[in-house]
Amino acid sequence: MDPMEAIKQTYFQECEELLLAMEEGLIAIQSGEADSEVINAVFRAVHSIKGGGGAFGFENLVAFAHIFETVLDHLRSGTLAADEEVATVLLRAGDVLADHVQAARNGEILAAEHDREIKQQLETLSGKEGGCDAAGDFDGIDFKPAVIALDDLDPAAQQGWRIHFAPHAALYAKANEPALLVRELATLGETAVTSDLSRLPALDVIEPDQAYFAWDIVLKGDIARDKIEEVFEFVVGDCELDIQPLETPAPETPEGLDVETMAPQPEVAAGQPEKKEAHAAAEAAKQTIRVDLDKVDRLVNLVGELVITQAMLSQRVAECKIPRSSPIGDGLNELEHLLRELQESVMAIRTQPVKSVFQRMPRLVRELAAQTNKKVRLVVEGEGTEVDKTVIERLGEPLTHMIRNAVDHGLETPDERAAAGKPEEGTVTLSAEHRGGRIVIEVSDDGRGINRARVREKAIERELIAASAQLSDEEIDNLIFMPGFSTASQVSNISGRGVGMDVVRRNIVDLGGRITIGSAPKSGSRFSLTLPLTLAVLDGMVVAVGDQTFVLPLAHIIESLKPQPQDIRPFGHGRHLLNVRGAYVPLVQVSELMGIKGAAKPLDGVVILVESQGTGRLALVVDAILGQHQVVIKSFEGNYRHIDGIAAATILGDGRVALILDVDGLVGRCRSQLADAELQPTGT
Amino acid sequence: MGKVILTVDDSKTMRDMLKLALAGAGHSVIQADDGVNGVEALQNAGAVDVIITDINMPRMDGFGFIDQVRRDPKNRAIPILVLTTETEPAKKQRARDAGATGWIVKPFEPAKLLAAVNRVAP
Repeated sequence: MDPMEAIKQTYFQECEELLLAMEEGLIAIQSGEADSEVINAVFRAVHSIKGGGGAFGFENLVAFAHIFETVLDHLRSGTLAADEEVATVLLRAGDVLADHVQAARNGEILAAEHDREIKQQLETLSGKEGGCDAAGDFDGIDFKPAVIALDDLDPAAQQGWRIHFAPHAALYAKANEPALLVRELATLGETAVTSDLSRLPALDVIEPDQAYFAWDIVLKGDIARDKIEEVFEFVVGDCELDIQPLETPAPETPEGLDVETMAPQPEVAAGQPEKKEAHAAAEAAKQTIRVDLDKVDRLVNLVGELVITQAMLSQRVAECKIPRSSPIGDGLNELEHLLRELQESVMAIRTQPVKSVFQRMPRLVRELAAQTNKKVRLVVEGEGTEVDKTVIERLGEPLTHMIRNAVDHGLETPDERAAAGKPEEGTVTLSAEHRGGRIVIEVSDDGRGINRARVREKAIERELIAASAQLSDEEIDNLIFMPGFSTASQVSNISGRGVGMDVVRRNIVDLGGRITIGSAPKSGSRFSLTLPLTLAVLDGMVVAVGDQTFVLPLAHIIESLKPQPQDIRPFGHGRHLLNVRGAYVPLVQVSELMGIKGAAKPLDGVVILVESQGTGRLALVVDAILGQHQVVIKSFEGNYRHIDGIAAATILGDGRVALILDVDGLVGRCRSQLADAELQPTGT
Repeated sequence: MGKVILTVDDSKTMRDMLKLALAGAGHSVIQADDGVNGVEALQNAGAVDVIITDINMPRMDGFGFIDQVRRDPKNRAIPILVLTTETEPAKKQRARDAGATGWIVKPFEPAKLLAAVNRVAP
């Protein structure tokens, strides 16, 4: 890749981080919790976005960032107070800056009307300076008042210049070096340098950090005055400098040494190897590195293989009748311990705080509040909770949709809230925490709760349920997850963007998670997402069916039980139901589903009660439970093709492949078969 | 002749751009991402010919960094260039007061950057 293109990519990545930092700071400013460091951090973020943008010629972005930065500078210096009104404008400006970055990333330019209003608001905030800063738009142009010296027009001046240069001590204190300036002058034309030693005192009174030398330089050639001034740019103010056209009579040349035309000195090559080492040391001081996700995945895979190999080794050792307490056994234990730690460390590389997703939500809520004329406060908790990057990446959409729902459908208007005796400002809470090896993310609101009568009515309208169906409150709430429930009649420009809660649920289920809903009329709703921390390993129950071994995802298992003869009831064509404490659940033999011969009959085996989100429960009959293991998931689709009822495969300790059952798929299939069976008696 | 140049900037974009321009001209580049790491990198490096530093950085900003560098007698003669924007004349002055040797205006052209480096280091 073109190196500049690579840097541009870095710039956009960096912008993402900077925009998040900026937003976090702005929210702190809004809540009045900002100290000077927070304001500084916001300023730096905007400043860096502007700086990089300038390098790539994103003029509109730079112009906007500049106005924004000016206001932040006022805030920083205390000439502007961070009241609520200011904070609101700043947050909006942050959003627009993000839009500018996005536009630049897409190779577009943001339409002028998009930021006109906010620009004006920012300029109003920066007060009088705002007027001057309209000139900020010309930042990209290197504007300097051009001094046209009449000398330049004098033909005599074209012969050259006489320069008197007398450094002050301050020039040396700033590590400037007169010889280098003279050398640079020599690149402009022929130079003759005379040292003025008149100020040099006797040796015994010389102060090492004082300046005693001065030089008179004759520079010949047709050279513009500003070229010479540019050479002395860094030292103006720290020296006496007098630049005169050559034809003026030279002041009497004091006694001194003639210095020859300066030429760059050859550099000594010694010390180079040392510098290389120094370079390496500084590289090591870096705190983070960016790694291609593929590389991490390869590492995760390799560690997975290693865990399997270790398990196989343990098994072989056990087969050789070597006791666990022997030196070999001790070694194996140690290996197992280290491998587990290695696996956890590798998995941790892939984890990130959910903050990166959560931080996108405040903006969403602000926009929604503005669109719906509702007052909304977003409370975010547990944003430091870490979870696999893949999970994070796929969380954005479902969370966005749930928050839209909460603000649009959940919360009432300020008037309705006031009438209901609630504070006018509604609260939406977004929280994350680790619970039992999974991450639980909740979106709750203190709004009106689910209107069950309306949901039921709609479900009947949509023919999702029979008009006579008897449903519990929980079942009614869960109807909103049914495909086809989100209806055109309720499509507002906010919640109804073609996706309904069924899509949210599918997204979550695809991630190996589940979603539950709790709602109380008048006091609000709560959606809980439970997700695995990683998609690479799975906690599974290993079961035997005939001569085969299967893995059931632990997340789907409710309980395992030994069925009693009186609990099994026949139902239709050779089908059975199991009575689990009063509830009837379809009973299915895994051996039948998978076509395995020689498996145990229901009464001899073990029943595992599994639940699929939304579609219900199923009682699976297996021969025996072999244990509970963390298994490494090997994708089936990636290597073969999709098979109904199978989610993926894994390799067991003995090296055999075991299939991981797709509980959702199985439950769905068995339930629909049962529904057909139910219809048959009336049908024929 | 290649020089050893320490660049201190919290923005990776800017660090990368400096490196691209400087390394392309045969200099070796040491990078640090704020003043604190800059001081540390300078200590570890042994010999640095030029320092280029940003002003706005977390933990220790450019002013603090220059001050810290100049405080050590053996670093008094290292030329320090600050990265500034055209719109910050006051900052340029403050940086000079803190002991900066010169400055580079962002966004910079590689040729100007190299010229500035040449003007302050042999």
